[in-house]
Amino acid sequence: MNRTNLGLIVSLLCGTLFGLGLAVSGMTSPAKVLNFLDFAGTWDPSLLFVLGGAVTVSVVTFHVILHRKAPALADQFHLPQKKMIDRQLVLGALLFGIGWGISGYCPGPAIAALAEPNWETWIFLPAMLLGMVMQQLRSRHQLPAE
Amino acid sequence: MDLAGMGSALIGGASIGSAAALLLLFDGRIAGVSGIAEKVFFPRKNDWLWRMLFLSGLILGAKIAFTLFSHAPIAREHFPTWLLAVAGLLVGYGTSLGGGCTSGHGVCGLGRLSFRSLVATLIFLSIGIVTTIVVRHVFGVAS
Repeated sequence: MNRTNLGLIVSLLCGTLFGLGLAVSGMTSPAKVLNFLDFAGTWDPSLLFVLGGAVTVSVVTFHVILHRKAPALADQFHLPQKKMIDRQLVLGALLFGIGWGISGYCPGPAIAALAEPNWETWIFLPAMLLGMVMQQLRSRHQLPAE
Repeated sequence: MDLAGMGSALIGGASIGSAAALLLLFDGRIAGVSGIAEKVFFPRKNDWLWRMLFLSGLILGAKIAFTLFSHAPIAREHFPTWLLAVAGLLVGYGTSLGGGCTSGHGVCGLGRLSFRSLVATLIFLSIGIVTTIVVRHVFGVAS
């Protein structure tokens, strides 16, 4: 099997491990996520451990991995190039925070919900994908700044 | 929160972090779900299949967990449909504009020690907290 196909299998396996993590940790339950965000009510601190566990692993491993010249199965790393704090970052994070705080869904759990969808999935997921497409179309049709 | 709840939160979190590490190590890709998903609709050559496979894995992994360890969440019957649709639009538009979500900025960006991601994470976490409190306790939505 060649490198490209192996890379594709790794992608499927990583997605699977990621989805397992989301479901085991409770991130797939929007009510639990909202209980975490709800400092004024039934605060549930467990998602702090989810983020803590994930970030601890990523900080330690990324440091080692990014010292390599290239990934194991690809020619180069595909990393975000932007460094500046711009209006798009702030406004985007703000809008996302509002939507997350209303619903308890962020993109990973919204997609993982297709494993056992309920009526919320069929409303939230298409709306989220539509929002992504609208923003992409807007940015693609916008004239370059300056 | 009991000890078992704390344990599964930690194990689940570590699994998410490990998945992100393996995707970076082998494929050189950032495991940011919003970034992976949004480009599915605007495919470029040799840049589509890995995205679809990762997203399929997300669903498969959740299915395995729901079958073996836990149960799928129960739908909130009294949550207003229009509000859920508005929230979906905001999450999709916002993560696309801001270049990441909980996984891209939160897990991977913080993992790379990116200042941009730290700023984004602090913003969406604090705005998320304020929004939840307002929606639940000021407007009284049963969420």
